Amino acid sequence: MAHDISSASAAAPPSLVDAATSESRLARAVLTAVALGFVALFLLLPLTTVFIEAFRKGAGEFLAALADPETFSAIILTLTVAGIAVPLNLAFGVAAAWAIAKFEFKGKAFLTTLIDLPFSVSPVISGLVFVLLFGANSALGPLLQSYGLQILFAVPGLVLATVFVTFPFVARELIPLMQEQGTSDEEAALSLGATGWQTFWHVTLPNIKWGLLYGVLLCNARAMGEFGAVSVVSGHIRGQTNTMPLQVEILYNEYNFVAAFAVAALLALLALVTLVLKTALELRYSDEIAASRRH
Amino acid sequence: MEVRVQNIRKAFGRFPALDDVSLDIRSGELIALLGPSGSGKTTLLRLIAGLESPTEGTIFFGDEDASKKSVQQRNIGFVFQHYALFRHMTVLDNISFGLKVRPARRRPPVAEIRRRALDLIDLVQLSGLEKRYPAQLSGGQRQRVALARAMAVEPNVLLLDEPFGALDAQVRKELRKWLREIHDRTGHTTVFVTHDQEEALELADRVVVMSKGAIEQVGTPDEIYDHPVSPFVYRFIGQSSGLNVTLASGEIRFEDRPIGLRDANEADGPATLYFRPHDVELVDGCGGCLAGLVTGSRRVAGTRHLELNLGSAHPSVEIELPPERASSVDQSRIAFRPTKWKLYRRKEDLTAPPLQAQTSAIELAPTGT
Ligand SMILES: Nc1ncnc2c1ncn2[C@@H]1O[C@H](COP(=O)(O)OP(=O)(O)O)[C@@H](O)[C@H]1O
Ligand SMILES: [Mg+2]
Repeated sequence: MAHDISSASAAAPPSLVDAATSESRLARAVLTAVALGFVALFLLLPLTTVFIEAFRKGAGEFLAALADPETFSAIILTLTVAGIAVPLNLAFGVAAAWAIAKFEFKGKAFLTTLIDLPFSVSPVISGLVFVLLFGANSALGPLLQSYGLQILFAVPGLVLATVFVTFPFVARELIPLMQEQGTSDEEAALSLGATGWQTFWHVTLPNIKWGLLYGVLLCNARAMGEFGAVSVVSGHIRGQTNTMPLQVEILYNEYNFVAAFAVAALLALLALVTLVLKTALELRYSDEIAASRRH
Repeated sequence: MEVRVQNIRKAFGRFPALDDVSLDIRSGELIALLGPSGSGKTTLLRLIAGLESPTEGTIFFGDEDASKKSVQQRNIGFVFQHYALFRHMTVLDNISFGLKVRPARRRPPVAEIRRRALDLIDLVQLSGLEKRYPAQLSGGQRQRVALARAMAVEPNVLLLDEPFGALDAQVRKELRKWLREIHDRTGHTTVFVTHDQEEALELADRVVVMSKGAIEQVGTPDEIYDHPVSPFVYRFIGQSSGLNVTLASGEIRFEDRPIGLRDANEADGPATLYFRPHDVELVDGCGGCLAGLVTGSRRVAGTRHLELNLGSAHPSVEIELPPERASSVDQSRIAFRPTKWKLYRRKEDLTAPPLQAQTSAIELAPTGT
């Protein structure tokens, strides 16, 4: 799902349009056709297929599939995991972006690179890291277990894996924005007597709120759609540790296509809603967004 | 409030931005920090504000050591070079900000905050614009909002970093006069940074000339212009010419000929003679003078500027004469003598910026920060 979103939002850099005006009409038509055809083939077609398959046997079957206890528990679990992981990454992302954009310190470049790590590491590896950390043969796992704290094959493990995979979204969105805005607004607030917290709340946060919202939306879409890392730490306990993407796989492997596509359609819907929300906000507040990026 | 800066040193890494700077700012005065870009003006201003902490040295606000106080505790008003207005707040909210964020026991009632902000809006002549956002204002208007916002907290000292730097020439001139009026009306101790000597000389009670992280001279505009203490100040403020001369038994000689000027207090040897274009007199029959070929002539408002070539080894020299006096000399070779001048020894010259003929301070001061 997240891949749909990122490629769709990056699809139209406005400068290309200007450059193309000097080309001949034919070239323009061909290019447009290729682009549209590509989008249709790789984005629209699969998406429509998902919905068609989900409703193949009618809305009744669709709803019944979602109401199945195991599927229902997968939906609840996904919402829970995203509900914990997204706020955590909101806080981490803001803190990391703040530190990188507004302060000078040793190891800053290293930290910036580190933030990108989850993007460059395969999600499966991200999951395996937690298995190695908290598994039965690790030092930490049995220790925590003795205090009655189950990490792997339980909600904490799912949350950890999701947090790791979705960490860069908020920070990535905020760092360039905050760097561009500089520190003088904050200094102005401090010089007027505001405390650090007041400065953050009344000055920094309003300045970054649009970037923050985008980051959170993207982070959420990925948190709900994550498969690889979550699959490794989940243990696939039916009705307990299967999130929606995992449930889709199980249902599909059992040839229960309607149910599989019903859950998939729900996930796709979440992604679409995210995308529509982002676009709507962009249109509605375009002036304000432009102003907050201007210095 | 009186502000005393004592032996301040500020290093960024190993680079000293300020080196042993001391300065007494009197209560209620309007003082300018003037110097070329990179001379440490902004750094000094930020140190006074508490936005930077000194590597060494102390800063007193009145009798209190302010060095250990945070920027919030110092109660200053800072106007940033690019204003740093809060873009999501209206003019009124921007100006009220400093009062609104006070802890409850020191915060005036809501109505009082509003009244004081509106008074300030009135003072800075922005009545009717209080509901606008910064993006909806012109540069000059933003500048005034920034000033009103800084004044709203009734600061101990007002600090302005290049307050007119980003404005066009016409608006600059207007705001300059207006800032002086506001200062005279409110009496805030005010420090402003500028790289524009005209602005500093016109506006300030006293001018601090800075160069390379050190203070070159502090004085009233008259003192700075009439009695520059170093070749740097001579060149940076106003227009001047510098000529390589030699001293021999108290007599100043140019190209081994006496020019009719004496400086009995200086030892013999090479030196540089500085004078301003308008501090010269024409002499008839050169029995001790400077003489040169007229290579250019321009009428600038009420005076005529003549460009003179004193010999290929020397930079050309500009002098200013009343037009009627200038037109009475019809020959292309004229003789003159500085009426006001100053001699600096070479040793000092080595530490000053490279000498150019007819150096105007505007050329010397790069635009920008
Ligand atoms: N935060 C900083 N880090 C490193 N060097 C700095 C910093 N701030 C200023 N400097 C350096 O200190 C010198 C003085 O700067 P500044 O006070 O801004 O000069 P001015 O305001 O007179 O143009 C400059 O050489 C500048 O590069
Ligand atoms: Mg500066």
